[in-house]
Amino acid sequence: MSAGLLYALAGVLLFALGLGGIVLLRHALRRILAFNVMGSGAFLVLVGLAQRDGGADPVPQAMVLTGIVVAVAATALALALLRRLPEDRP
Amino acid sequence: MNGLLDPLPWLILLPLAWASLAFLLGPGRGGRLALAGLAGQLALALWLARRLIEGGPVSHAVGGWGAPLGIDLYADGLSAVMLLLTQAVALPLAFYARAYFAQGAGQFWPLAGFLLAAMNALFLAADLFNLYVTLELLGLAAVGLVALGGGAEPSRAALRYLVVSLAASGAYLLGVALIYGSYGTVAIAPLTPLIAAQAPLAVGLAAGLMLLGLVAKSALFPFHFWLPPAHGGAPAPVSALLSALVVKAAFYLILRLWLGPFAPLTADWGWLPALAGAGAILWGSWQALRTPRLKQLVAWSTVAQLGYLFLIFPLFGLKEPALQAGTLQAVAHGLAKAAMFAAAGILLKATGRDAVDGLAGVAGRLPLTLFAFGLAGVTLMGLPPSAGFLAKWLLIDAALEQGLWPLVAIVLAGGLLAAAYVFRVLRQAFLLAPEAQQFHPVPRRLEWAAFGLAAASVLLGLRGVELMALLGIGVAP
Amino acid sequence: MSPNEALPLAVLLSSLLPGLIIFALPESWVGTRTTLNLAGALAKLVLVGLLLAGVAAGQDYGFRHAVLPGVELVFKADALALLFVTLSTVLWLFTTFYAIGYLEDAPHRSRFFGFFSLCVTATMGIAMAGNLFTFFVFYELLTLATFPLVVHRGTPQAMRGGTVYLAYTLGGGALLLTGIVWLHALAGTADFAHGGYLAALPPRAAGQLQFAFLLLIAGVGVKAALVPLHGWLPQAMVAPAPVSALLHAVAVVKAGAFGIVRIVYEVYGVEFAQSLELLTPLAVAAAITIVWGSWRALFQDDLKKRLAYSTVSQVSYIALGVALFGPIGTIGGLVHLVHQGIMKITLFFCAGNYAETLGVHKVSELNGAGRRMPLTSVAFSVAAFGMIGVAPTAGYVSKWYLGEGALAADMSWVVAVLWTSSLLNAAYFLPILYRLWFRPQPAGWPAEHIPARGWRETGWLLLMPPLFTALAVLVAGLFAEADWSPLAWAKLIAEREYLQ
Repeated sequence: MSAGLLYALAGVLLFALGLGGIVLLRHALRRILAFNVMGSGAFLVLVGLAQRDGGADPVPQAMVLTGIVVAVAATALALALLRRLPEDRP
Repeated sequence: MNGLLDPLPWLILLPLAWASLAFLLGPGRGGRLALAGLAGQLALALWLARRLIEGGPVSHAVGGWGAPLGIDLYADGLSAVMLLLTQAVALPLAFYARAYFAQGAGQFWPLAGFLLAAMNALFLAADLFNLYVTLELLGLAAVGLVALGGGAEPSRAALRYLVVSLAASGAYLLGVALIYGSYGTVAIAPLTPLIAAQAPLAVGLAAGLMLLGLVAKSALFPFHFWLPPAHGGAPAPVSALLSALVVKAAFYLILRLWLGPFAPLTADWGWLPALAGAGAILWGSWQALRTPRLKQLVAWSTVAQLGYLFLIFPLFGLKEPALQAGTLQAVAHGLAKAAMFAAAGILLKATGRDAVDGLAGVAGRLPLTLFAFGLAGVTLMGLPPSAGFLAKWLLIDAALEQGLWPLVAIVLAGGLLAAAYVFRVLRQAFLLAPEAQQFHPVPRRLEWAAFGLAAASVLLGLRGVELMALLGIGVAP
Repeated sequence: MSPNEALPLAVLLSSLLPGLIIFALPESWVGTRTTLNLAGALAKLVLVGLLLAGVAAGQDYGFRHAVLPGVELVFKADALALLFVTLSTVLWLFTTFYAIGYLEDAPHRSRFFGFFSLCVTATMGIAMAGNLFTFFVFYELLTLATFPLVVHRGTPQAMRGGTVYLAYTLGGGALLLTGIVWLHALAGTADFAHGGYLAALPPRAAGQLQFAFLLLIAGVGVKAALVPLHGWLPQAMVAPAPVSALLHAVAVVKAGAFGIVRIVYEVYGVEFAQSLELLTPLAVAAAITIVWGSWRALFQDDLKKRLAYSTVSQVSYIALGVALFGPIGTIGGLVHLVHQGIMKITLFFCAGNYAETLGVHKVSELNGAGRRMPLTSVAFSVAAFGMIGVAPTAGYVSKWYLGEGALAADMSWVVAVLWTSSLLNAAYFLPILYRLWFRPQPAGWPAEHIPARGWRETGWLLLMPPLFTALAVLVAGLFAEADWSPLAWAKLIAEREYLQ
């Protein structure tokens, strides 16, 4: 098993963990964190699968960079919304 | 084709520009700017449609870079129709919003601008990853708009919407990753022959993940739960934008991908989305019949109407009728639902409460608004001569050709259910007003904007030929 | 656009445009609204006159507009279309006068007259539809345009009536649409044609064609109030009198009956329908409706309800005539389309007059009304005799041809049905006439709104329309053999349907 495939499998695992968290967890902050885990999983798959020919492929690297920016923005928005909810009911 | 005079990049840059300017001007400002920008966008979309009719599909390499590292834009008939719909719905809604937000629009204008920029970019994107980015941007802008009202309830609805949206695009992204891993490209055009030649298991998995994500984004039953609170709770212009356009973006992607590169994968399981669509029609209509609140009724109607879009899956074997019926339904619903939410917003302002029961007497006070609501209802019921009727006709015709009787039954039942909830509102409105009923005056501009949209949804039914001709450009035979 | 294309379009627009403008008019602009209404009605009358002259001379009128690839709106003003167009145009004019008088000072008149005009436009569209698609478009438009008229009063009772009306008509519309799309899938797009266009299909499609026929007839049968699809008609009685007149004589039930005519003669073709054994079941359904409607009418004390059940019965004469294989029955059915219209509209005008003038809504309250309102009562009596089929009224002519047609088609049981129905008609109309003319007047009327002034027993806008239509009932009977009579036109159509 190549290193790339290992990365990809780990990514899938992370993705599943994150998705499970979004579906199962009730606290909004935990769900936001779960989304970040899930996103990282997808990025890992993208980078991992593209490495199978040995050398690094620049295209998925660029994609993951873009994806990270989007994920950070989404997380910020989610946190901003979370702060507007009353304290007692998360 | 490149050059400064290409409409493709300007369709994205123009809303981006006026949105940024509106943001700099400060909260509540920028409405006039938006109107000017939207008029420009509509002109650009029309120009693009003309270029397509004259010379076929067009593409544009942004900044001259080109794929794989640069970004390609591509427009065919389907893109052009969706772009036209977007600008044609957004322009009257901008007129509406300017009158609606008399006490300050907050960050409505910048968010609406970013939303439209993301949407236009989505319709022009030529590869799976850019589709992901635009989808995500669209989701972020939409969530911002839902939270616009402030307060705990809209914020909660917005957060729920955001989480669903993020999870859905996450699934889509994983699908993109698997596709890239399998073929080493994410551009739609080269993928089509590759997938047709050989589709390993990973690709099936990827397609499944992407469909799941897109279905959740387009609120197909049973993933609809986030829609009624988000759409029903937002201010009326926002509800209209979201219900009419944003959910259609995910549907556009489904059409684009499953009638395009993923077409070889649809053969066996097309009934599954259709089944969910049937569930959406029945459950959404049933909830629309029961809810005491007017805007919730309209939002549930969106859930039901989105169900129609997925009834075309079993017809994907007949490529053209499926594309035509699906797009026509999306366009008809877009115009009609924008009109209906706009009308509901007016009724809300006039009666002072969001209740179906509180509408007694509005037929006498706000005939134009009620007329708009009724005309939009005609489109949703699929009665002639509306565009919704043509969509229904195409759907039934194709279904009968395939011998799919259950599909016919569900389409007809859906029309009757829609009639039941639309006339639930109209009946109430025709009742004599109780003595104590107070009506607040509403600006006429609001009424005319709603009416214009509703009339367009009906009159479009007389111009189906032109629309179908545009839609057919660039469709592989 | 050539004149032959423009003329049918102008007929449509002559009621559509005034209707749309009227919607936008403020409530208080009574004069402008009345002028527009009457100008539209008169313009339509002139245009229809031109069409009639042209069609009699053998001209073809029509135009088409594609709405989807392969799906067209087709309009065609042929002889059959003009039978219905002329009836609607003339009666629209009278009903407009009547409605102006009836709704004096009532609220929401802009809305009322707007939808009223839309309703007539839809009727014109149904009459001139050149294919099933176009027919369906206007058929549904008619449903939508009549709903606000039925619920116009805004009372909970009106709402109930309106809801029942919608449930029936929209449900029927769904059946009709299924049938139409099915035929479209089987035979492609085709215009209405003399002798139908389905006969060329392979014989193995026969079963499907029979089932599609059932769907189509059930769809139009709702509006034509074929038993058991008639339940909406007595409920829709809550509408104001001019609307009831329009619903019963011109627009809704006639649209259904006219649909049956088109489907049998120009979609299936009467000979092909006969070979598929579709005509006898249709005749049986019509016969049941005729007897059942008359029977139910016997027990109604509410005058408008009694008239409604009478409509259920009388409209099926048209379907019966269509179902009798042979030109004589056809003539009877077609001419009854016109005759039933003028007779029934007279009755509804009169019922409205009793209600508006004296506050009388029930048959049992009509004692001596003939002395208080002699002119209205004369009109009512003439129309009632017409319904019974007494010579020399229009109704006699219809029943004569229907009976002859039945004998010619070897269906003598139909004659028994006609006799039974006539006896029942007499049984529910003659007591009304007896009360009107021979019972003493009560001390006071339930609610007298309009005082008598000299010979004008009520407002002149209310009085004139029923007098004219009652006169028409007599004229159509007395001059049935003239070149310009409805009968002559029905004969022209029958000739063209059977001799291709």
